[in-house]
Amino acid sequence: MALLEVKDLKVRVEEREILHGLTLTVNEGEIHAIMGPNGSGKSTLSHVIAGKPGYEVTDGEILFKGEDLLAMAPNERAAKGVFLAFQYPVEIPGVSTMNFLRTALNAQRKARGDSEYSTPDFLKKVREVSKSLNIPQDMLKRGVNVGFSGGEKKRNEVLQMALFEPSLCILDEMDSGLDIDALRIAADGVNALHSPKRAMVVITHYQRLLNYIVPDVVHVMSKGRVVKSGAKDLALELESSGYAQYEDA
Amino acid sequence: MPAVQETVERVKRIDVDQYRYGFETLIESDKAPKGLSEETVKFISEKKNEPAWMLQWRLEAYRRWLTMTEPTWARVDYPKIDFQDLYYYSAPKPKKTITSLDEIDPEILKTYEKLGIPLREVAMLEGVEPKPGEEDPNRRKIAVDAVFDSVSVATTFKAELKKAGVIFMPISEAIREHPELVQKYLGSVVPTSDNFYATLNSAVFSDGSFVYVPPGVRCPMELSTYFRINERNTGQFERTLIIADKGSYVSYLEGCTAPQRDENQLHAAVVELVTHDDAEIKYSTVQNWYPGNSEGKGGIYNFVTKRGDCRGNNSKISWTQVETGSAITWKYPSCILRGDNSRGEFYSIAISNGYQQVDSGTKMIHLGKNTSSRIISKGIAAGRSQNTYRGLVTAHRKATGARNFTACDSLLIGDKCGAHTVPYIEAKNSSATFEHEATTSKISEDVLFYCIQRGLTQEEAVGLVVNGFVKDVLQQLPMEFAVEAQKLISISLEGSVG
Ligand SMILES: Nc1ncnc2c1ncn2[C@@H]1O[C@H](COP(=O)(O)OP(=O)(O)OP(=O)(O)O)[C@@H](O)[C@H]1O
Ligand SMILES: [Mg+2]
Repeated sequence: MALLEVKDLKVRVEEREILHGLTLTVNEGEIHAIMGPNGSGKSTLSHVIAGKPGYEVTDGEILFKGEDLLAMAPNERAAKGVFLAFQYPVEIPGVSTMNFLRTALNAQRKARGDSEYSTPDFLKKVREVSKSLNIPQDMLKRGVNVGFSGGEKKRNEVLQMALFEPSLCILDEMDSGLDIDALRIAADGVNALHSPKRAMVVITHYQRLLNYIVPDVVHVMSKGRVVKSGAKDLALELESSGYAQYEDA
Repeated sequence: MPAVQETVERVKRIDVDQYRYGFETLIESDKAPKGLSEETVKFISEKKNEPAWMLQWRLEAYRRWLTMTEPTWARVDYPKIDFQDLYYYSAPKPKKTITSLDEIDPEILKTYEKLGIPLREVAMLEGVEPKPGEEDPNRRKIAVDAVFDSVSVATTFKAELKKAGVIFMPISEAIREHPELVQKYLGSVVPTSDNFYATLNSAVFSDGSFVYVPPGVRCPMELSTYFRINERNTGQFERTLIIADKGSYVSYLEGCTAPQRDENQLHAAVVELVTHDDAEIKYSTVQNWYPGNSEGKGGIYNFVTKRGDCRGNNSKISWTQVETGSAITWKYPSCILRGDNSRGEFYSIAISNGYQQVDSGTKMIHLGKNTSSRIISKGIAAGRSQNTYRGLVTAHRKATGARNFTACDSLLIGDKCGAHTVPYIEAKNSSATFEHEATTSKISEDVLFYCIQRGLTQEEAVGLVVNGFVKDVLQQLPMEFAVEAQKLISISLEGSVG
């Protein structure tokens, strides 16, 4: 079943069109990789799906579980299961990671009409998940991403993903800035979340990540469109031949 | 025009809803005639059964006040106050002497219940003396000396405090029962001639708290007072005097909320603190006076003089404040560091939204050797408000080795508000080291979106980020206040974005 359907999406930022009619369908249980040169609109697409202000959708639609995603407030989308692991996670001084995780998780649960987690249940869950991602408990006491290394920030994104159990995970360059070991740990974390009901959209520049997270479909984006889609071998092909052949598409 | 009328009514209603503590209590009150004159001063003094010296002190202040003019240097703007158009005294009609909480006017108790804070805790507080071995260290005790309008109506925990030798009572009572202490200390930190509002307060103050902690005593509980303005058009002139004798310690909490009203209300309190050798006073405030409606009408004018005198060596005074209310705030809790090695601290969170104007800060006056002070100020401006930090740090010629650290951070929410920092630094000796750091930032859209992507609403996101911003200061508050303050911060920023 289709989880995410992006149809002929046109998006403007400050009067400039960035996405020029993008179409993409992601089914439940699938892993999709999006590759493409810098500035081709990958992050823009992820932001529009998540509902970041500042983007004007001039045409097309996005359906999530068959519902009009663009009509929902961004926090509503989160509660419905849209998760974006940011390319550049922000720092929130003075707000401990633990407090942040709990506030966010309970906000989502409340929006879904679920009961809030009790403190012991919550702590147990966080401990489990952070252990599997090799995140020390001490890190969770620090301000959200404050003073975290690049790799720690990315792991913190995966931690949240594991905790919130979204049905659509968009990972925007989660491999950038990660050393080999960190990359494997983060990828393992992502793979552990793979389930028949959950879909992943992995944005990356490097085929290396796709050795760990094996995609069902690979898309090439160029100049605001998906210009080619194929199986996982497409990534290998790109690695050797580059994007030049798609520049004029 | 009914349409206009309807709009007006609606705005009024919205306003009442938004201001959670906006309600009035229907109790008979006992008012002084309107306006200010020697007669008013005498009326108040008589009402309080004051001795002749007290009346004399008030009258001198009143005569001095007649010669003074309102200060205009603060960055606040308001219509001229007609001091003859105010009532200077109002008290719930005394029925009889109150010996237990049961005897308090049920209307008053209801008010506290709506406030959701102090006397509702009475049930809990009544289990005062837990059986030996069953003390719950997490449940710290609070003694509540409730000031309702101008008269203290309830005092709890008297016995235990008495056992420790701590005097905690309405200042009107202290004037009668401990005249030697009051005469010795009243006006010794904030003299009657100090400034326009302090002088006015000296002439007409109605009531307030008095605390004396004897040498070597650590006050066995946090002392707490809740203020509330209730009578229409009544200026509130609280007077608080706290003395920590040698080697003693006391923590005092002050908090207030006020009912919604149309006219502006003047509040000009004076707080004096004195610490002798090795003594410490920790004074915490959560201030939530009515800030005015969404168009900037009404609201409390809060012109307060708070000053502590570290009179003894190695003594310490620490001010912590959370300011969210008032239409206008004019307030500079200060420390005179007279004793050698004495220390002053000022931790402040000042939040302004709507049309609020805040001009607040502190003065650290270093007079003794090796004195130190620390200022941490967090200003948050939203809506169309103006938020100014004004601080003075001076080192006297003899204050060798004086040290100050100041960190002053402002956060702007939206682009119609303003934050201003006005530091005055003055060192008259070369061995003083003063450090000053200041930052101003806008709440970041990316940070807000990050929170919202994780499921928070816009308002929850703002509340979370702001609470993170002020965390250093919140940590200075006693636990029970910190929780309350955190809620208050989120409430007061409602509607600040979007
Ligand atoms: N807020 C903005 N204002 C103006 N232009 C923008 C804005 N956001 C994105 N753009 C432009 O949109 C285009 C696509 O940017 P986007 O960040 O989506 O690319 P990307 O594919 O994620 O690139 P990278 O691989 O470098 O991360 C770029 O040309 C960028 O400059
Ligand atoms: Mg990008």
